[in-house]
Amino acid sequence: MTQLALVIDLNVCVGCHACVTNCKQWNTSGAAGALVDCNPYEQDPNGTFFNRVQTFEVGEFPQTETVHFPKSCLHCEDPACVPVCPTGASYKRKEDGIVLVDYDKCIGCKYCSWACPYGVREFDEQRKVMTKCTLCVDRIYDESLPEERRKPSCVLACPPGARLFGDVHDPDSEVSVAIRERGGYTLMPEANTKPANHYLPRRKTTVTVRSDELYRSDNPHKIDGAPFDKNLPPTTEELN
Amino acid sequence: MRPAFSVLFLTTLIGAGQGLFITLFFVELLAGSSLSAGFFVGGSFLALVLLGLGGISSVFHLGHPERAWRAMTMWRTSWLAREGIALPAFIAAVFAYGVAHWLNLGYTLVIGVVGVVLAIVLFVCTGMIYGAIKVLKEWAHPLTIVNFIVLGCASGTTLAAAYASFAAPELTITLAQAAFALTVLGVVTRVSSLWRNATLRPTSTLQTAIGIRHPRIVQKSQGSMGGSYNTREFFHGKSASFVRGILVMLVLGVFVLPLALVMVLPLLAFIVQYLGLLAERWYFFAEAQHPQNLYYQGKS
Ligand code: SF4
Ligand code: SF4
Ligand code: SF4
Repeated sequence: MTQLALVIDLNVCVGCHACVTNCKQWNTSGAAGALVDCNPYEQDPNGTFFNRVQTFEVGEFPQTETVHFPKSCLHCEDPACVPVCPTGASYKRKEDGIVLVDYDKCIGCKYCSWACPYGVREFDEQRKVMTKCTLCVDRIYDESLPEERRKPSCVLACPPGARLFGDVHDPDSEVSVAIRERGGYTLMPEANTKPANHYLPRRKTTVTVRSDELYRSDNPHKIDGAPFDKNLPPTTEELN
Repeated sequence: MRPAFSVLFLTTLIGAGQGLFITLFFVELLAGSSLSAGFFVGGSFLALVLLGLGGISSVFHLGHPERAWRAMTMWRTSWLAREGIALPAFIAAVFAYGVAHWLNLGYTLVIGVVGVVLAIVLFVCTGMIYGAIKVLKEWAHPLTIVNFIVLGCASGTTLAAAYASFAAPELTITLAQAAFALTVLGVVTRVSSLWRNATLRPTSTLQTAIGIRHPRIVQKSQGSMGGSYNTREFFHGKSASFVRGILVMLVLGVFVLPLALVMVLPLLAFIVQYLGLLAERWYFFAEAQHPQNLYYQGKS
């Protein structure tokens, strides 16, 4: 069974909000109608977004890390939002695991947003229906697009490539390998919703260099310009 | 959570209506022969008014009330859908009960039993709408359902006493005693849940919310400047002293004043208790700490 999902690399995300704007642009131009903006040019501008980037500071100065944290629907495998919906407007697709809202059925009761632990559903104040990330279901299967463009807007927009997209049930997919090999984790595992989206942790990139590697025996230190040190082992040239 | 006024009115009005109907049924069961049919017709009418007003106020909670009929479709999984079926069914039973008394059709006790069962089913559905949301630990507990039942019955019985003081004065004192007992029971069940919620420890933390194990994490931005649905829907947005004020109104309005008044002025007791229940329901929402708030702790 397929479960499409995003894998977001927090080590790579620079907090540029390109995914936010491209998500908004794509989804506001779609057949489902515009995503509302309230007071866009006034005080307290706000509106509906399917994806937000938040920023957290971890640690105490000077030992701090700035973590940019993109947040959208996690397309949970056991979504808390779906069974509570009284109309069936919220549903999870069997074929690819995407959780969607049918805007024509939604009565705008907001009950699903109460049940979701992550606060990723946003009620659209203009259309009066619940909205959320669609995993760009209207892009990823669009055969009029070239194959390499059949990806979510946010993934295509991300300049450093922090967002990966694929089937987390296929053990050989790019996303499964990334989760496996780079410590992928889910948010609030205690909520038991089994999020399909995963996050890759921040990590320090370090390389261990031994001293004999600094003065490689086959690359004479004289040529490197390093001062001659008679305590070092002899170079290959000197030996010959 | 932000208290939704339509829901405050819905749950308190139908709760009192259900309690009133259950009381009417027991009055008929235990003392029916001594009363005129008019008492039950009037009582059913009163219950229908409350249920109707509750139903109307629930519509204001919906973004698309014209599609409300769809809310009955997913009764297999959703307690909200089950409530959407149980409420009209109960209204129909109360209507049938009133009509049967009015036209002297008989079988009133049979219809009454059906009505009482539906009233309890409706209480359970209403309570489970909140009780079934696992991420809201304050709500996800059997006490939530118990409180909906006990407080609904208490206010309904108080109203029955008030009604009897005009329609059947000889019953007033007995009903007032029953209302007193139910309100005392309400003190026990609601104070238990207040205590439980005040001492609950949240399961989720900022650490599990973003998956970073460090004791000191400070939010620097929320991804929006002027707020969002997330900052509106899940915070009550009132100061701590305001919330404490509501708690005082809850204790005085639902318990202390009605207990003092119900024996002498049952109508005033009901009015005070109803207003107190609005405060109680407000507090019920404000008490619930949604884990999504972990993502909305600060901006700079
Ligand atoms: S993240 Fe929330 S809205 Fe998305 S599938 Fe999971 S529970 Fe539903
Ligand atoms: S707001 Fe819409 S999608 Fe959400 S539970 Fe209500 S009807 Fe279902
Ligand atoms: S997958 Fe599409 S809808 Fe979802 S966050 Fe990315 S751009 Fe937005």
